[in-house]
Order: sequence, then structure tokens, then C-alpha cells
Amino acid sequence: MTHSVTLDSEKCKGCTVCVRQCPTEAIRVRGGRALIMPGRCIDCGRCILDCPHHAKQAVCDPLERMKDYPYTVALPAPSLYGQFRNLDDINIVLGGLIEMGFDAVYEVARAAEEMSAHALRKYGLVANAPIISTACPACVRLICQRFSRLIPHLAPEIAPVELAALAARAEAVRKTGLKPNEIGVFFITPCPAKMTSAHFPLGLSEPVLDGAFSMADVYLKLLSAMKLAAKKGTAFQTAGLSGVGWAVTGGESASLKQLRTIAVDEIPNVIDVLEAIEDGNLTEVDFVEISACTQGCVGGCLTVENPYVSKMRVRNLMKSLPDSLRSRLRHEEPGTPPTRDLPLEYAPADILDDDMAKAIEKRRVMEALLARLPGLNCSSCGAPSCRAFAEDVARGLAQETDCVFLMRENMGEGDYLPPPFRRS
Amino acid sequence: MSQGSGFITERYIVNGDDFHAAGSASSAMKKLLRSIGVPPEAIRRAAICMYEGEINMVIHACGGEAEVSFDGEYITIHLADKGPGIENPQLALKEGYSTATDEIRELGFGAGMGLPNMKRNSDELEMESVLGEGTTIVMKIKV
Repeated sequence: MTHSVTLDSEKCKGCTVCVRQCPTEAIRVRGGRALIMPGRCIDCGRCILDCPHHAKQAVCDPLERMKDYPYTVALPAPSLYGQFRNLDDINIVLGGLIEMGFDAVYEVARAAEEMSAHALRKYGLVANAPIISTACPACVRLICQRFSRLIPHLAPEIAPVELAALAARAEAVRKTGLKPNEIGVFFITPCPAKMTSAHFPLGLSEPVLDGAFSMADVYLKLLSAMKLAAKKGTAFQTAGLSGVGWAVTGGESASLKQLRTIAVDEIPNVIDVLEAIEDGNLTEVDFVEISACTQGCVGGCLTVENPYVSKMRVRNLMKSLPDSLRSRLRHEEPGTPPTRDLPLEYAPADILDDDMAKAIEKRRVMEALLARLPGLNCSSCGAPSCRAFAEDVARGLAQETDCVFLMRENMGEGDYLPPPFRRS
Repeated sequence: MSQGSGFITERYIVNGDDFHAAGSASSAMKKLLRSIGVPPEAIRRAAICMYEGEINMVIHACGGEAEVSFDGEYITIHLADKGPGIENPQLALKEGYSTATDEIRELGFGAGMGLPNMKRNSDELEMESVLGEGTTIVMKIKV
């Protein structure tokens, strides 16, 4: 799988901060530089937020790609609305995107509103409760790696951004008479996980977006374009609060009023809840909303504002919105969103060997070594913990003597005790 | 117990009166079984057996010990506690039967589904209980 999250090796100091913070233990330090293990990385962007040297980056489409198409549509994520101080009208953001050079805008919040209406009608009726949200692709990748049994619980519909892309392209074709491939449909993304999904969608045989621009890359240009838009005062808004609310944790499940919902953010918390579901221990819940980032998409590493501040702003904007703008603006019944056309595959990242006998042997090597390691989790070996190091050795990705303690022992200096182990 | 190749075993301590820790043995066991490539469905059944066992040991027996082993064909879960013992093992295996206190029930446990769940999700379940001395349960799950 290709990843948006990558390393700028010039900037990396090999400090192991990201190694220890990575929620899927996907990073090691080798040769003084961080190395991302592609099979384990879920593109959550935690390391981009944590790196003190700004050596982790999300590869996004350059804004120049807009020029590749005669007609472009911007798909703003609802979290974009939380990035601007004193914003009281979403139309200014949408108008700003037009002033910036896009030919049209299609709010992802509008597609989210459609999803909410659909979910409200359907999710109370399905047998395999709980339904798990697929809005966060980092969480979907996590499930595909570790929670095979929960894959059938994932909502079968395509994600709101994908629904928005399909509708936006169709609308643009209708309006312009251009061919579908002459329309450039670009998502304004809050995170690298959705960047990756724009090009390599989960469970779709073909991408429905032409690319994604980082919110941070768009921000300054958009900010000045918004001043023009504010003067013009054109109305573009199409989504009510049930769609806009998807920007923050709890927004997606808020619209499922009569259902029992749970909304969880940050990967360690998400793992806890998924474990509980897997153990058959969360049977009282109908719908599970999960997000990799703090407070939901507003916490994405490509946003510019503090997640708590943007959450406040999004909620403030929601106060003046009706639940849904669909019925008011378009007088249409909610449609049924398409479902994914490919099954989501279980791709276990932590299996030690495809041959079970060899895997068991490796596990024994791992356990035996773990018993001899200090348990300090110092990361001097480049792994996040002694346990992860033992696993690396068993897999042949590291050597015993990469542990400074075992190396001293080998050199006959086993008596030396570093400060954490000294008695006085 | 055989310690030949193709056999692996792990032990976990289950702390009594610690609801936060209940589930940690199940979680560690899942990681072990996943790492050696045991099929997901067998892991699911084993995880339910282990989780219910842990909860039982926390609620009734002030904790105990759990051991999981895998021989290539069966996952075997061995639970041992030094709790009060089960007065009527046959009755305890019936759905809805529970001796849990009201306080435990208020926490959402004690519905009398623990042992029946363990029986349903294992291929073999053997229980030995001596009043005042403790209970051991051995469950086998075919892979």
C-alpha cells in the first residue's frame, strides 16, 4: 500500500520520539533515521504532530494540479469550517474556494448529511450490530490489520467524501457538457489518511477523486480569497448541521438519535473499544463512531487550528443551521448511497510468519529474549519497546546486541547498572 | 505438558477486585494467537472464553491464574483460582444462574451468562471445583 505519511530524512535526527508515540508501532530508527514500516502504518499522522524536527510530512497533491483540468470542483471537508477566527457564515469559505480558482464547490458535509439520513433509516434495522463507521480511513486500516472479525461490522456504504465526489462530478458534467475525465474533483483534506484514500480508496476498484489538497496548503490563499467572497456575499451553502457536525467527534452519531451510539477518538481509545466489541462485550451499542484524531477530523495533522478551538467554532456555526438543508433547498428525498465494490481484506501486520510452525518458533524466540531484556523501553535499539524489539529480533529485523544492555552483558560488563536500576 | 516444537504456552495473572485489569489476559492472548497465524474465528471463541473466565475470577475468586497453550490443533485455556468454589457446577452452567452480589450486578455483570458462554464457545469444557479451595476450568477450542 502507498502512504501519504513519509519521512524527510534531511530533517530527521533519529530521536525516537515518533517511534514511541506511533499507535501501531510502525516506526523504527535505522542508521540514524526513522523508518516507517508500510504494512503497519495506517497514515493517521500522529508522527507528523509529534516530530520535534518536523521531519514527518504528508505527501499531498500540489495546488498546481488544478491547472490540469478545464473545470475543477473543490470538496471542502466540514473540518475546514473550524479553521477561521470569527467566521459566522460558511458561505464565505465556499465563496473563497471559488475566488481561489475552483469552478465549483461541493460540500462533503452535504454528502455526510445524506449519509446521516440514510443511516437513520437503516442502521436500527440491521442484524450485525454494532455498525462501525468508515468515515475515518485510518481506523478502517486499523481494523483491516488487527480486527478481522469486525470487518463485516463496517458500514457497507462508501465514505461521505466519495459520495460527494461522485455527485460533484455528475453535477459538473451536467452543467458544463464536459467529459467526466475533464472535471478535476479535489478534496480539501484535514489528514494524510484521507489523502491516501483519495488515490487508493479502501474497498473501491477505482478512485473517485482526482486528488486531495492539504488544508494547510490551501489555508493562506483561501484566507485572502475569503475577503473577496465576503464582499460578494453569494450563497453556496447546501448542508445542514447533521452534515457539518461530522467535523467533530460525536457529530456523525448525533444524527442517529434513536440509536445507542458511542463516539471514540484517538487510536489507543479506538483499540480499547474495538477489543471490547471483539470480546462480545459491547452488545448494548448499535453504532460505533471512531476517529484517529483528537476531537475528530478537526484534530487532523493537516489542519491549522487547535482541535478544541476548531471544535468550538464548528459547534458555533452549527447553532444557526437547520438539521438538514436538503428538504429546504432541494425538496428531494434522501437517496441510497452506493456501497463499496470490493471486499475489505484482512491484512494482519503482526503475524510472525505465514508458516504457522515457523511463526510459533519465532514467538518462542521472542518470549525467551523478552525475559532477558531490561523492560526499560529506552528505544536505544530503535524499537518502541523491549517487546517490539524482541519481536524484531525474532523476525530477523534486528540483532540481540542492538540492545545496549545485552551488548554490555556480552562484553562481560553485565554488572553495570544504569541510573533507573541503581539502588541509591 | 509437552514442550516440543510447534507448541507454545503463555501464563497470565488475573488480579482480583480489579475490573480495569479484567480483559488484559484475553487481550494478550489474542495478540499471541494472531502473531502465530491462528484463524480469526478460533481466536474469537478463545477470546470470549478467556474474557468470561477472567471476569469470573475477578468477581468470585479474588483473581487467579490463566494459561493458554496451542499445539497446532487445539487452543487450551487453563484457569485456576483459590476462590470459594462452585457449590453446584451443573446449575452454574445454566444460563441465567448467578451467585453474584447486587453490587456486582449493578456494574452490569452477574447475569449468569459467563459459564454458559464459555461452554458455548469451547469444544470441551472440564470443571473441577472444591468448596473452600477453588476452581479449575480447562477449555479446548479446536482450530
